[in-house]
This record gives sequence, structure tokens and C-alpha cells, in this order.
Amino acid sequence: MLRPEVLHDHNELNDLAIDVSRIREDFPVLTTLVKGRPLVYLDNAATTQKPRSVIERICRYYESENANIHRGVHHLSMMATEAYESVREKVRAFINAREPREIVFVRGTTEAVNLVARTYGAVNVGPGDEVLITAMEHHSNIVPWQMLCEEKGARLRVIPITDRGELVLDAVPNLLSQRTKLVSITHISNALGTVNPVAEIIRLAHERGIPVLVDGAQAVAHMPVDVQELDCDFYAFSGHKIFGPTGIGVLYGRADLLEAIPPYQGGGDMIASVTFEKTTYNEIPYKFEAGTPNIAGAIGLGAALDYVQSVGLDKIARYENYLLKYATERLSSFDDIQIIGQAPEKAALISFNLHGIHPHDVGTILDQYGVAVRTGHHCAQPVMDRFGVPATVRASFAFYNTTHEIDVLVEALGKVREVFK
Amino acid sequence: MTASPDLRELYQEVIIDHTKRPRNFRRLDNADRKAHGVNPLCGDKVEVFVKMNGDVIDEVTFHGAGCSISTASASLMTQVLKGKTLAEAREIFEKFHDLVTGKAKDPDFQKKLGKLLVFSGVCEYPVRVKCATLPWHTLKAALEGEAEKTVSTE
Ligand SMILES: Cc1ncc(COP(=O)(O)O)c(C=O)c1O
Repeated sequence: MLRPEVLHDHNELNDLAIDVSRIREDFPVLTTLVKGRPLVYLDNAATTQKPRSVIERICRYYESENANIHRGVHHLSMMATEAYESVREKVRAFINAREPREIVFVRGTTEAVNLVARTYGAVNVGPGDEVLITAMEHHSNIVPWQMLCEEKGARLRVIPITDRGELVLDAVPNLLSQRTKLVSITHISNALGTVNPVAEIIRLAHERGIPVLVDGAQAVAHMPVDVQELDCDFYAFSGHKIFGPTGIGVLYGRADLLEAIPPYQGGGDMIASVTFEKTTYNEIPYKFEAGTPNIAGAIGLGAALDYVQSVGLDKIARYENYLLKYATERLSSFDDIQIIGQAPEKAALISFNLHGIHPHDVGTILDQYGVAVRTGHHCAQPVMDRFGVPATVRASFAFYNTTHEIDVLVEALGKVREVFK
Repeated sequence: MTASPDLRELYQEVIIDHTKRPRNFRRLDNADRKAHGVNPLCGDKVEVFVKMNGDVIDEVTFHGAGCSISTASASLMTQVLKGKTLAEAREIFEKFHDLVTGKAKDPDFQKKLGKLLVFSGVCEYPVRVKCATLPWHTLKAALEGEAEKTVSTE
């Protein structure tokens, strides 16, 4: 069944050649009814839904390929190893890293940041040194650095943001000094939607010989990312935010940097040889992958990347931008809606507040109409403080969302007002 | 899109009224007990101030920013507890807790809750239970102890 609104998307977007109704059929969860109404899933910044191809790939792995990887001489182990390692190459190609060994599998963005803090940070950050982040980081790109700085007697410095939610670029040169040992910044803010000029910041940092980690958790599913073009030193993302499973993520690191830093955790697989006198570490990336990894997760991630590429990230970015424009126009037409984060370069995500009504109540009421949004501080309390709000409502879109769903959101917001009339 | 009937059970008129015009919403300068409560999940913050007269709650007020459920819960709590003894307050909290966690479906029992009964809809919304109990946990912390205490419902 094709709703008229979906057709409308279709017509306007003929040149984009994205067939939303076709795409929606690939995501089994989207047919779910919530309290008797069709699910309107607008919480994609928290986690994305999974296409059937990902779900089936994970099933197939467990049904016919499951074995522990590496060092196995039997058939299944070789198959599993091959499947797992082929995803490393897929990820390499996806973000255009130079070599597969620059791709480290981790649990997610959070673990990737912690890994860099505990390895690179441990040997490079000392008393009086500084780590530079931005005022719009997710807690996972704040707390690991705070912990490191506290331990080392170093200082955490912060690039401020404007009222529109953009980084104050002019402040960056002054915040970079000989004491700065690392810059760690988000590519796209999960609380504001701002797309940051990371390439520019990387250039400024590199002029001073400072490496840069980019938190790509919100970026990879929504725009093409090329780590060589960005020239970043580390890049982190989570599988579950790019239509893959939870529990798998990626840390990209420049090979020479990864080689220079110590291992993260100790255990099996990360060693070349062990005696009680001395252990020699394995080469990269295995040096950072102690223990049995999330094999099924990596394989599922591979299927997710295949899916995204079959749709095409350029098309995805254009379609989502169209959704963002549509939603922004609709929400801006109400005087009682305040949109937080109005940067000109934005991902398809809108943080907003309904005047006089707490986001938590908005979320509960929207849920009655099948609309799933996130309400709260979005793990970015400093952003909430910066804008003087305790929390926001966040609607975040993916390419399977439609303008019809945005209409449902707007209509349900009317119901919220009615309750509080 | 028709208004969902369930919603009215959660957001009863009395709750909306107390959200818009919270009672006893002020800091109490001469409080002899106070505590600070936060719900880390949603960032709700509430401060509860109590002035005792012997064993009796002479005055109780609150301040802070929260959602409708937590604001109305705090507001009604201050109304219900004024003039109650510590033992009575403790008993009311227990009953209220049973109500919002769905353990008190018995109508006879519910009658004893008086106007707090407007929170009977909360038990259908598990993630909102903490909103309703935050002011009460904070009050309990104030009554039980240190002059200033931070409680978290987590
Ligand atoms: C910008 C950003 N960074 C980091 C994270 C953390 O990702 P994960 O919880 O998958 O480790 C998130 C997830 O919400 C995010 O949005």
C-alpha cells in the first residue's frame, strides 16, 4: 500500500531516485504497530533500524559459519575468519583508509575513544599538557579525557559554540598550543545536528603537529566520509548507528600512530608470543583486539555497509536534507516551538522544545501516537547548559522516514498542546 | 487522530493544574531539613525543604525544574504532608509508592490515598514512575538525615 504522502516524496524526488516505500520494505520493524498505530521511528540518532539483509546475514553466520576465528585449521574457523576479515577490508573501503590494518574493531564509539585515551593518551599526555574538545561533545568524548587529564595532571580545554550551535572557529588557534597533545571533536553533534568543519580544525591542528580524533558516530550513516581527505588521525563510529548490530564499532587509526602506541587490553589474539619473562605483541590491528571479538557483529556490520552502499550515501544525504528542510519548515511555523541548533550545516536531526511543556511529557504523549523521539539531555549535558534548557525533544531522521511521518509528528504535537491546554 | 483516552488517565486535570500552578513552590529560608534530588535519566531536579514542629511536619515546600508528573507530584506531596507526623508521612509514601508501581489495585486501599489517587495512571507508564517518586525520595532523604543530601532515583 502506498500512502499519498509517500508518493509525494517520490514525485518531488524523482531526480534523487530514492524509492522510500521500496526501502521501507527492507526494514521489518517499520511495520510495527504501537498502541494500534503505525510506528513513526524518529530516534535514529540513538540507534538505527536494521534491514532484513543484516538480520539474515547474522542468522546465516550463526546457522552455518559459527566458529572462533584466527588460528583455526578447520573449515568453519577458516570461513568465519575469512568473513570477519573481509569486513575489515569493507570498512577500509567505506571510509577510504589506506590499509585494512588501520581498522580496529571495537564495541562502539565509546570504546574507540577510551582506547585512544588509554593508549595514545597514556604515553603522550603528561602533567600540564592539554586535550582539546568542543562544547558539543557526547559524554563519551568528554569523560574519557577528563579521566585521563585527572590522572595525568593535564587540562581539558573546550572550543566554545555560538547561539546557533556552531563552533567558534576563530577561537581554535588560541586554544592550540605546544601543550596540546590531542584534539578530539565530533563530526556531527548528536544534540544539535551541527556538521562541524572538521577538515579545517584538522588543518589547524596539523600545522602545529597535533593529531586529531574525529567522533563519527552521527556522521557515517548520513554522509560520505573519507578519512584521507579529512586527513584525520583517528576516526570512530558505531555499527548500530549505521543500520548494523549493537556491540560492534570501528576505530580507524593511521598505521604509524597505531604502531607507535601501546596495546589496549591484554589477552589472547593480541600477542605474538608469550613467556613468563616476556610477551611480544601482535601486529596492528590485532594488538588492539584482545580476546574473542564480536564476530557476528562485524559480519552484520559488513552487511549493513553493503546495504548503505546499495542505496548510496550521496542519495541518502540529499534525501535526508530534504526531510530536514521539510521538518524544519513545519516545526518553525509554530510560535511555541523553539529549535535548538540552527547551524546552516546540519544533519537530519531537530532538537526542540514546546513552550511550557517538559520534553519528558512531550515524549510520553507522542508515544501514544506511535511517534518515537528521544527526550532528555542526549548525553550532552554541557550542550543543554549552554542553551539554558534542562532537556530537549529530538527527532532524528533516516532515509526510510517520510514527510508523511513528519506530518504525523506535527499532528501529535498538537495533541500534546491539547493535554496541557 | 483522536485524543487517546489513556492519556487522560495519566495527565488528569488535577495533575495539569498542579503543573501549571504548583503549590508551595518556593525555597524555605528557615527550613531545618532539606535535600536535593536528581533524576539523571531526564535531568529533573528538585529541592525539598521541611520545617518541623516536634514530630510534626509544620511546613514543606519544593523548588526546581521537572516534568509535569514530577512537578505535580511534588506539589501534591507538600499539600498532603503538611501537619502530618513523621510516621504518617512514611506510611503515605509507602502507599503512594505502591500506587504508582501498580501494587495497589485494591479500591479500598486506594481510597486511603485521597487526592494522591490522581497518580493511579502512572503505573501504566513504567519509565515515568521515577518522575512521580523523585520528590518523595528527596523528602525521605531530607527527613532521614543529613541537612543536605543528594538523592538519585537511579
Ligand atoms: C556523537 C556521538 N558520539 C558517541 C556516541 C556513543 O556511541 P556508542 O554508545 O555507540 O558508543 C554517540 C551515541 O549516542 C554519539 O551520538
